[in-house]
Amino acid sequence: MKSWIEKQKYIIDFTLSSLLRRKVKNIGLLILYALIVFILASVMFFTHAIKKEASLVLRESPEMIVQKVVAGRHDLMPLRYRDEILKIRGVQAVEGRLWGYYFDPVFGANYTLLVPPATTATEQAETEPMRTVVTENEHRHGPEEQAMPLVGAETIGAGNIVIGNGIARVRNAGKGEFILFRTHAGEGMPLRIKDTLSSASELVSSDLILMTEPDFRRFFGIPENYVTDLAVSVRNPEELSTIAAKITRLFPDSRPIIRDEILRTYDSIFNWRGGMMIVILSAAVLAFVIFAWDKASGLSAGERREIGILKAIGWETSDIIRMKFWEGAVISLTAFLAGVILAYIHVFFTHSLVFEPALKGWSTLYPQFKLMPFVSAEQLTTLFFLTVVPYTVSTIVPAWRAATIDPDAAMRHTGE
Amino acid sequence: MTRKSSVFLSAIAAQSAILGLLLLHAAISTRTHPPELTEKRALVKALHLTDLCLFTEARYTRHLSQADLSTPFQDHPISLEHFPSGSFLGAPENIRKINEELD
Repeated sequence: MKSWIEKQKYIIDFTLSSLLRRKVKNIGLLILYALIVFILASVMFFTHAIKKEASLVLRESPEMIVQKVVAGRHDLMPLRYRDEILKIRGVQAVEGRLWGYYFDPVFGANYTLLVPPATTATEQAETEPMRTVVTENEHRHGPEEQAMPLVGAETIGAGNIVIGNGIARVRNAGKGEFILFRTHAGEGMPLRIKDTLSSASELVSSDLILMTEPDFRRFFGIPENYVTDLAVSVRNPEELSTIAAKITRLFPDSRPIIRDEILRTYDSIFNWRGGMMIVILSAAVLAFVIFAWDKASGLSAGERREIGILKAIGWETSDIIRMKFWEGAVISLTAFLAGVILAYIHVFFTHSLVFEPALKGWSTLYPQFKLMPFVSAEQLTTLFFLTVVPYTVSTIVPAWRAATIDPDAAMRHTGE
Repeated sequence: MTRKSSVFLSAIAAQSAILGLLLLHAAISTRTHPPELTEKRALVKALHLTDLCLFTEARYTRHLSQADLSTPFQDHPISLEHFPSGSFLGAPENIRKINEELD
């Protein structure tokens, strides 16, 4: 065993010396290779982690949302729909949700205005306060300040709002300050910031503005007997699709969205086949594959002569294949490990710095979030077999072909 | 003088060790639900939220699961989308079927 290891080490010594003779070319290849692995691994880590996080977080969203559709567009929902849906057997509760969008022309940002469900306040009053949900404005105050416990409508109070940390960051606004909004009628409506949602929850709350129901109705001019949509909960989750079908039959102009559909939406969002980035990336990968294939499979006349000389001085075909295997392995293994390590640091420690401009798009408000490092062995294995194995194999095959011909013929081959 | 093979094998061992440590970091960080995740879940439950706040550039990118059926993303698999986030999003499963050739 020891002699076998020693033999391999000698072959590696020889291979490294051979690679270092063509230093610039091989170092260039190594950097390019590592870069490709880095980008592929970053995309893999990012998409997997965000999909996993979305599925864990959105599992808590309402079991079913029912929208009213008018002329193909989402419209306000009359409260009589709620009363009718509540009569369907198996429906446990139906709550009206009040939410909408507000474009802030000063900062060019879109906010989501939301009324916390009425039950939230009651439920929270009965249970232990949720200290983690709402905190002081984190970007302006120190962490030593106490967290504020409740997000219910009753605790917000008329004339007050609770804002997401993204809004606080963009507007540089803090607790106690006023934000002037413009209502649907064009009147100014100053609202006092009562608190800020925590930065840890930015992935779901960065652009939220929580306010009371009367303020919300006054703001958008929504009549008392209308809500934005309905959140339906059922007794038996197995019956969700049956109840959705019943709702559609009862109200043909309604559109039920089941929680599974919400989860599926997020599962397919960051899919591999989706979009510009992958198209650009595939062109880069293809260019690399052509480059690597050319480098690995097409032996130059010099390399062929080298093989001939090695055979003439007593190297066996198996030794030459072993040398070529190590040549492929040295480059691909080093590049693979470097690429994967850099990708992990990029996605989970630097908030995906490279992807950020693309993800931000035209959004003024972009959440600052730290993804949980969900990495599976399957991902790494796929990446390994996609990168290391093809390269190593493609270096061996031509070497084997060259090594099996007569040394004399190999050495006499046309010069470089 | 140190042999080249020893330098290479040490480098590979060091890289593997770093990768191992990072994977250990991933395993430890995701073994139990960290407070940040619990917090997000609590907020989603308390406020009846349905979507992640990833793209705030338009209403149909902010609430993807609640978007109108007639928004660019949901119109047709090849409908033109002018927002950059369109480069990340695919059309929903149910409308990916092509009904007729367009050209």
